[in-house]
Parts: sequence; C-alpha cells; structure tokens
Amino acid sequence: MLTLAHFLTLGAILFSLSIAGIFINRKNIIILLMCIELMLLAVNMNFVAFSRFLGNLDGQIFVFFILTVAAAEAGIGLAILVVLFRNRQTINVAELDDLKG
Amino acid sequence: MNGAELLLAAPEYLVLVMACVVMIVDLFLSKERGGIIHMLSMLTVIFAAIITLRGGFLMDTTQAATTFNDSFIRDQMGDVLKVFSFVMMGLIYIYAKFYLRSFDLFRSDFHALSLFALLGVMLLISANSMLMIYLGLELIALSVYALVAFDRDSGRGSESAMKYFVLGSMASGMLLYGMSMIYGATGSLLLPDIAEAVRTQGADDILLVFGLVFVVVGIAFKFGVVPFHMWIPDVYEGAPPAVTLFISSVPKLAAFAMAFRFLSSGLGDLHFQWQNMLASLAVLSIVLGNLAAIMQTNIKRMLAYSTISHMGFVLLGLLPDTVFGFGSSMYYVIVYGIMSVAAFGMVILLSGRGVEAEHLSDFKGLNQRNPYYAAIMGLVMFSMAGIPPMVGFFAKLMVLKAVIEAGMLWLAVTAVVFAVIGAFYYLRVVKYMYFDEPESEAAIVAPVDFGAALTLNGIMILGLGMFSSSLITICMTSFG
Repeated sequence: MLTLAHFLTLGAILFSLSIAGIFINRKNIIILLMCIELMLLAVNMNFVAFSRFLGNLDGQIFVFFILTVAAAEAGIGLAILVVLFRNRQTINVAELDDLKG
Repeated sequence: MNGAELLLAAPEYLVLVMACVVMIVDLFLSKERGGIIHMLSMLTVIFAAIITLRGGFLMDTTQAATTFNDSFIRDQMGDVLKVFSFVMMGLIYIYAKFYLRSFDLFRSDFHALSLFALLGVMLLISANSMLMIYLGLELIALSVYALVAFDRDSGRGSESAMKYFVLGSMASGMLLYGMSMIYGATGSLLLPDIAEAVRTQGADDILLVFGLVFVVVGIAFKFGVVPFHMWIPDVYEGAPPAVTLFISSVPKLAAFAMAFRFLSSGLGDLHFQWQNMLASLAVLSIVLGNLAAIMQTNIKRMLAYSTISHMGFVLLGLLPDTVFGFGSSMYYVIVYGIMSVAAFGMVILLSGRGVEAEHLSDFKGLNQRNPYYAAIMGLVMFSMAGIPPMVGFFAKLMVLKAVIEAGMLWLAVTAVVFAVIGAFYYLRVVKYMYFDEPESEAAIVAPVDFGAALTLNGIMILGLGMFSSSLITICMTSFG
C-alpha cells in the first residue's frame, strides 16, 4: 500500500537530485535547465500527493499553474541561452566568469 | 463575487491592458516615433496611481477587502506601496528614456516588459494566497530575466541574465517546495486559512517548520540578502543601467509585502522560528554588504553591495513582529527605493554616448563639471549613509528603534557599527566629486525632463527627511 510518506520521499529524492545536479554540474547550461525543470516536477509531485491525501483540490490547481509557468520559464531560459551563445560562442558554465568581485 | 468586488483590482487591469497596448502599438510605429511608447507608459503609471488613490475615496480604506475568492487583498499597506511603485516607475521611465536613446536601445520591449514586471509587483503586493504570491513572483522574475538580457549584443548582459535565471529559478523552486509543505501541513493555499490552521493545530509541526525554512530562502533570495545575494552584484553590473534602475527599486517593495504577508499574516504563529532565521540573515547582510562595498571600484557593484546591506536593515524591521517594526521596515524599503532610483539616475546621467560610466573615478571632479548634479549626488550619498536631515537617517533610526524596543540590543549595535563603516564608501564618492580633478572635461548635458525628474528625486530625499512624520504615520497606520 502506497502511503503519503512514499510520495513525499520520492518528491524529496527528485528535489535533492535536481539541487545536486545544479551544484555538481560544471559543464553545460542545458543540464542546469533540465535540473530546474526536475525541481519543479518534484514540487508538483508533492502538491499532487498532498492534494490526494488531504482530499482537497487546491493543490492540483496549483500544479497546473506551476506547469504553465515552468513552460514560460523554460522558454525564457532557452532564449537567454541562445543570446549567450551568440555573444560568447560557448555554453560552458566554467567559462562564464566575466563578472567577478 | 459582484462587479464592485472585481473593481478592487482596477489598477491591475489598467496596467495589464496597457502593457498589451504598448506591445501592439509598437507594431504600427516607425522607429523615430518611439516617444509615443514612452508617453503611453508614463500615462499608464500616472493613471494607475490616480485610480489607486481614488479607490481610497470610493471605498473604505481602513478596511481590507478581498476579491477573486479571497486570493487578492486590497488594503492600505498595498495601496501605499503601489502608489510609491508608480512614482518610482515614472522616474525610471524618464531616466531610462535618456539612456535608451543615447545607447540606441529604444525599443518597446523595455516598456512592455517593465509594465508586466510592474503588474507582477502589484499582484505580489496584493497577494493573499500562496498561488497569487507564486504567480506575482514569477511574473516579476520572468520579465526581469528578459530585461537583463535586453541589450542583445552585450556579452556581460547575457551572462548576468543567465546567472540570474539559474539562481532565480532555483530560488522559486525552493519557495514552491516550501509552499507544498505548508499546504500539506495546513490543507489550504489562502494565507488567512493557513494562519487559522496553524493556530488550531499548534506550531510545532515538523512539516510546517520544514516548509518555513524553504519559504524563508525564497524570500531572502527575492530581497537579495546574504547568503542568497550572489546574483545581485553580477546582475547590477551586467544589466543595462536602465534595467538595474528598475531591479534595485520597485521589486524590493514587492519583496517586503511578500515577506510581511507570508511571514506575519500567514505564519505569524511561527514567529519564534522565523525571527531567528531572519536575524542571522540580516546581520550577515549588513556586515558583508558594507565590507564588500568598500572594496569595489565599479559604482554599480558598490551600489549592489550597498543594496544588500540596506535589505539587511529592512529585515531587521521585520524581526520584532510588531506594528512599529513593520511600519519602520515599510518606511525603510520605500525610502531605499527612492534613493536607489536617484543613485542609478546619476549613473545614467554620467554615461556618455556609447560609454557607460561605471567606475567610481567617473565621478571625480563632478563639482567642477556640473555643481548642481554633484549636489544631488551628494544628497543621495549622505542619505544612503544615514546622515540627518536626509531621509535615509530617519529610516535607519526607526528600524533601530523597533529592534531595540524588541530587546535585541546586540543586533542594533552591530547594525550601527557597520552602518558607520559603510559611511566610508558613500563619503568616498563625495570626496571624489568635490576634492579631485575631473578625468574628462566633457560637459554634462541632460534633457529637460531628466533634469526635472532628478531634481524631484532630490527634493523627495530631502523633503521626506525633513517632513518625515507624515510618511511614517502612513506606514504605521497601514499595520493597524
């Protein structure tokens, strides 16, 4: 029998994976964008699980909004990525070091 | 829900419609007639301010009213913050016009995106449910990401936009994770219902405290306080000054409103837990912000670290969870916004054709080049350093008073010591302006409207200081 704790654990694992991905990854910005998406999906998992076990639909409505915003966010992120590549000819995280201090 | 209730959000409708109108009108305009876009944006903020103020005559402002199934709240605090956002926006458009013209960036993108960001600020200020907070926050964030990368050929602009995007998305992910925990613990998205649930079931729920930690991270990122400040210096430096002008002022008002609504209206019963978290964030930002600012040679980076320390002061005011504390914090954030707009206005003024004035040395001998603008910059710097009778002094005074009244003397002492250390780098700018030889003899020319806006801004800094009691009273009565 699956309980709320199972779903929350899955959400927590996904969330930690995405955070670890952002911090460990030193190569490619596209992987960073993927990690951010994963983070939002982990949150969605939490909301849906809570919503189901509380018997309250608000959480699932919230998930729709998160999905929509995540799509817009990915759009803007990729647009910035294109501009960045045009200016720098690289999307390597380690080479983005012009701004320091 | 009836028509009158829907009208509570009238200023928001206006800004939304006008943001779309600006986008569409631009399609039919030739490049030379871009001034129309500027006029439309100015009219939008002026009329939005009038509607917000008139709402006070039509409705009972002492009572908060909600609409959209309680997720939108209109109250005095929201109205005051919105009106000041409009005032700052008006100044920003005038300063930005000069910058965009001289760098050949005058396109409607700036105006449309900044109006959407303004809408996000207004929604966040009036948010009464976690869903609304999230949507307002993202509307600001997404517009600002695009604005930072607005100068498409600038390598630094796109690099800072990317950094801001990654860190910002991570912060909103954390905030959402916290929200999901709070939703799970209380079973509601509405802040009053959350407060009610916390009151009945007690505050020692592990899920709730866990959620609170993540929410505080999200709020701290929005303010840009240490240790969630990494984006601020990079974005301030990399973004075009016209955009920095916006980032450093208006969204801070929204961040304050978000912190108040979430922490006090929603999670007020967890006061003991969040007080400790905010106290350490505040101390760290005041210490690190002031120390790091001393080492900067770039004026935009210096102002970025100064923002970090000022936001530490705003958090100090939130700590006591009293009417006086919130009032002083709100006063501080409004005053900071006005000072910051003036400071970046000066940075724009000194930027010549195609060359940005970024270095502190660009201010050398400003008094010989133009004594009038040097005096205004002097006012701004004195105010930021907290020297009476400028408005910055009263803001610091109120916050420190609130902290001392709450019995946290050590916090107040630390804050004062580091504010004094911080005065060094503000006064250094004044020294450059008055006692050093100018590096360039080029005359400083600004359009009439730019000069008028900067004068008005200087008068606000001086006038709000000398007649500070009325604004302080308005801020205090916003919290009962």
